[in-house]
Amino acid sequence: MDVKEIFDKMSYGPAPESTKEAFEWLDKHQRSFDLFIDGEWVPSESHEKFDTISPGNGEVLAQITQASSRDVDRAVKSAKAAFPNWKKLSGHERAKYLYAIARKIQKHSRLFAVLESLDNGKPIRETRDIDIPLVARHFYYHAGWAQLMDTELTDYEPVGVVGQIIPWNFPLLMLAWKVAPALAMGNTVVLKPAEFTSLTALLFAEICQSIGLPKGVLNIVTGDGTTGSALVIHPEIQKIAFTGSTEVGRIIRNATAGSGKKISLELGGKSPFIVFDDADLDSAIEGLVDGIWFNQGQVCCAGSRLLVQESIADQFLEKLKRRMAKLRVGDPLDKSTDIGAIVAPVQLQRIMKYIEIGKSEGKIWQPDLEMPTNDGCYYPPTLFTDVPTSATIAQEEIFGPVLVSMTFRTPQEAIELANNTVYGLAATIWTENLNLALHVAPQIKAGTVWINSTNLFDAASGFGGYRESGYGREGGLEGLWEYVIPKWKHSKKKKKRKMPSMSPDEYVSPSLSIDRTPKLYIGGKQVRPDSGYSIPVHDFTGALIGEVGKGNRKDIRNAVEAADKARGWATRTAHNRAQVLYYLAENLEVRRAEFISRIIQLTGCSKEYAEHEFEKSIERIFYYAAYADKYDGMVHHTPIRNVTIAMPEPLGIMGIVCPDVFPLLGLISTVIPAISMGNTVVVIPSEKYGLLATDFYQILDTSDVPGGVVNIVTGSVAELTDVLSKHLNVDGIWYFGNPDLNELVERNSIGNLKRTFVDYSLRDWLSNDEGQGMEFLREGTQIKNVWVPYGV
Amino acid sequence: MSKAKTSSYVSHAEERNPGTPLYMDWVNSVQVNKSAVERRVSSLVKRRSVKKEWQVAWLLKAISLIDLTTLSGDDTPGRVKRLCSKAKNPVRKDILDTFGLTAFPLTVAAVCVYHNQIQTAVNELKNTGIPVAAVSTGFPAAQIPLDLKISQIKASVEAGAKEIDIVISRELVLTGKWEDLYSEVSAFRDACGEAHMKAILAVGELGTLTNVAKASLVCMMAGADFIKTSTGKEKVNATLENSLVMIRMIREFYDRTGYHVGFKPAGGIRSAKQALQWLVLMKEELGEDWLSPQLFRFGASGLLGDIERQLEYHATGMYSAAYRNPIA
Repeated sequence: MDVKEIFDKMSYGPAPESTKEAFEWLDKHQRSFDLFIDGEWVPSESHEKFDTISPGNGEVLAQITQASSRDVDRAVKSAKAAFPNWKKLSGHERAKYLYAIARKIQKHSRLFAVLESLDNGKPIRETRDIDIPLVARHFYYHAGWAQLMDTELTDYEPVGVVGQIIPWNFPLLMLAWKVAPALAMGNTVVLKPAEFTSLTALLFAEICQSIGLPKGVLNIVTGDGTTGSALVIHPEIQKIAFTGSTEVGRIIRNATAGSGKKISLELGGKSPFIVFDDADLDSAIEGLVDGIWFNQGQVCCAGSRLLVQESIADQFLEKLKRRMAKLRVGDPLDKSTDIGAIVAPVQLQRIMKYIEIGKSEGKIWQPDLEMPTNDGCYYPPTLFTDVPTSATIAQEEIFGPVLVSMTFRTPQEAIELANNTVYGLAATIWTENLNLALHVAPQIKAGTVWINSTNLFDAASGFGGYRESGYGREGGLEGLWEYVIPKWKHSKKKKKRKMPSMSPDEYVSPSLSIDRTPKLYIGGKQVRPDSGYSIPVHDFTGALIGEVGKGNRKDIRNAVEAADKARGWATRTAHNRAQVLYYLAENLEVRRAEFISRIIQLTGCSKEYAEHEFEKSIERIFYYAAYADKYDGMVHHTPIRNVTIAMPEPLGIMGIVCPDVFPLLGLISTVIPAISMGNTVVVIPSEKYGLLATDFYQILDTSDVPGGVVNIVTGSVAELTDVLSKHLNVDGIWYFGNPDLNELVERNSIGNLKRTFVDYSLRDWLSNDEGQGMEFLREGTQIKNVWVPYGV
Repeated sequence: MSKAKTSSYVSHAEERNPGTPLYMDWVNSVQVNKSAVERRVSSLVKRRSVKKEWQVAWLLKAISLIDLTTLSGDDTPGRVKRLCSKAKNPVRKDILDTFGLTAFPLTVAAVCVYHNQIQTAVNELKNTGIPVAAVSTGFPAAQIPLDLKISQIKASVEAGAKEIDIVISRELVLTGKWEDLYSEVSAFRDACGEAHMKAILAVGELGTLTNVAKASLVCMMAGADFIKTSTGKEKVNATLENSLVMIRMIREFYDRTGYHVGFKPAGGIRSAKQALQWLVLMKEELGEDWLSPQLFRFGASGLLGDIERQLEYHATGMYSAAYRNPIA
């Protein structure tokens, strides 16, 4: 085209980013890569390799190794061997390594950006301006945490060998999100990149080699799902961190159930993008472009569900269509490309499958765009309007450049529609009314809420899901907990506390009095068990001392319904919750003598010991009452003009299975932290101590604890736990019972991916280190990050 | 016409904007989110890249959109003559030859001067088709009586200015007197007659982007042919952010009335790279229609020199020096 013609048309010409250096790097490796184990490139023992393809044009870029389970084992052994020394390094020493990694990434940023774009198909603009700068930022930020660990996290230590599995949509960025905090906290790592996109991870390994990262601290095993599976089930791995589909997240939770491995899952989403009628509509449109046409829509937190206020819907959709017509789909390496290539043909087919379904569910609209005609994998930006909530495309994650839109009438309806999903990763709210924005944000079930912005990420802000979008956070202080454990757990010698017991002649068996009829406690009422059966309770000598109701699945169902109705507990002020707890302690104190003799009766411990347990229980209620209004959130220093508010929110409805030790203290130590944070709970007391739990509901009754906040169902722990841990309206479950059921609880949690807190450590409930603390508050809450940019 | 009429207008794209009544509900409904505007701008300039012969063509286009300006207390006929000669021949002939544009009639869009220099400029530009624009209404601060402003416009039109760059009274924006602003600008428009009117908002003195957006709308309702960011004399002049806010209002106005209003960023645009960014902004937000002198101008004095050097680089493959090109 000659200059005159361009002058008249004012068209954009090609603006290709050079691939020269990236290809030179591939050539230097003969376009074939081994595994990175123990600081060296080693071939797989199976010698199996597969192609990695550039989705922009279908060309083969290189050969990648398919690691076998024996290769994984080698990598884990190397990480295990490296762990003691890496852990022993001072925080400052580890900080220097992480800092060096950050510097190196910056120095080679364009090589990383080009390689990522080639391998993944995302536009060079995104890898250059977003992915790679965020990667460097992540290592800088966590170099800081490495430095501060010795002083800020004094009671914690690394978990050990960590297995990490990352997805193909942000290959190097997801690596950074996983590797940086893990290494900073002193763990060693075996990481498996996604099979479509291994290249930048391999370049990263080379960088770690060049800065002299100690051998075995980071190992990279490439391969498909079978490699990942070998990593997940490896017995020497102490933690699995996974980002990917909810489906695979479930498989991982299932495969690790009962193993004691820590796991964090960052899974799918169907995130709402809410536009109120008082929004800056043109800006909201651009937000939507960043929300659903970023990275071809292959973003777990993509704003894929547009909820627009009915009064402005026509105008907004008109603007949206005009904007969509301006998007450029094409060569990922062209600097003027907005939408690059879909990662692989299989993903393209998945998108097209949803498009076919969507055509029968709503009205499809696509702009008339010039599409590439080569062998690449491309799909145009797509809008579905008039989509009902029941539509498949409104519920399932498409993971492509496809937006589904609906309308709402009121803020309340917007919230309901936003929450009408099994997912809870992110949400976007557009309004110029701060009252409205801050009214809606806390009510949306999502780990990240962006106000008047979308898809903002930073190392200082924790990212992660509610509901079936997974659990655990990546980034911020909240992200570090995934990579540390309390020191006492490792140092604990399994010494059994010897319980001073009562001499038989001191103990007087209870005489026959009026037969009391303990019932279940549901919704603030004493109710008879549905079954009409009772189970016996014995004292420590084996003598029958009473009976408690034999709860069944229907009682659990009713208890969860009662807990659901009591959710308003969470919106009471923290001060008010604290007052209720103090009052509870006061009323318990009034009945001191009765509870002490009940403890003696059930356990056979000495009076002095029982008194100690009672005192400790009162103290513990005070402890959590004190924390009710002091477990604060934070404002994170993210590098844009905004406040990023990290606020802890209760999980919602929690199931609690009490310890089989310390009849009163075990109950208090598990139930009180949960309700102090605003959760409502369904409690399954120990079978041995059911009678104490039923004594306790009288205390609840007299202490202004609203009905339904604490529900107690006695009966067979195994049977009730099975039902409770499967219940899809229970958001989290704490299990402190007999370790035989640990696996069952974790396995059953996969239905709705409820958070689990299963105690593998047999903690000493009398100890303040083990029996109380931040661990319980963290496990009863989840962090929501709300980004609020401002400015006039 | 009631307020909300989207995309079902009758197009009057070829006609001059006659103005509309003042729709206060429309003005009051304007929402501008500053952070989002900044994000859009910072992403947009990195979303598009123009290279090689495309860059040459785009830079030549930029030249054709310049209101070549001198607005100084020491302007003299000699200075203005030099400016006019540069306006007629903005790029060295040997450079144009390299691009195969020997016969290409490239000039800047207009020459912009103070009232006292109009006569000289008109004489210099006779038969070139290059209009003379004059700044008016107590430029740059607008702190003179309304009747003097009106008579200044009339005098400049009489002296041969085809375009009048008026300045609005910032006071009316800052105190929320939108009706007064509307009638002031309407009166200016009447005074302009056949001459086209560019309304300078002096965005750097309006306090907020929301005020910028509202002032843009009111000026268009009052019949502005162009809205212009600044006089070049404020502390903050044209930025991509305030430009984005204004051109979104131009789009809104077009959607609801069918009339095209032009845009002129002025002050602070000195480099070829900046010029390309503004062209991308116009193309992406408003479309190619707004890449012609009828609807887009750069108010600039130093920009041309940098573009010339950039063009010489394209022509020779060697980076240029300022002294190699005739100064304005």
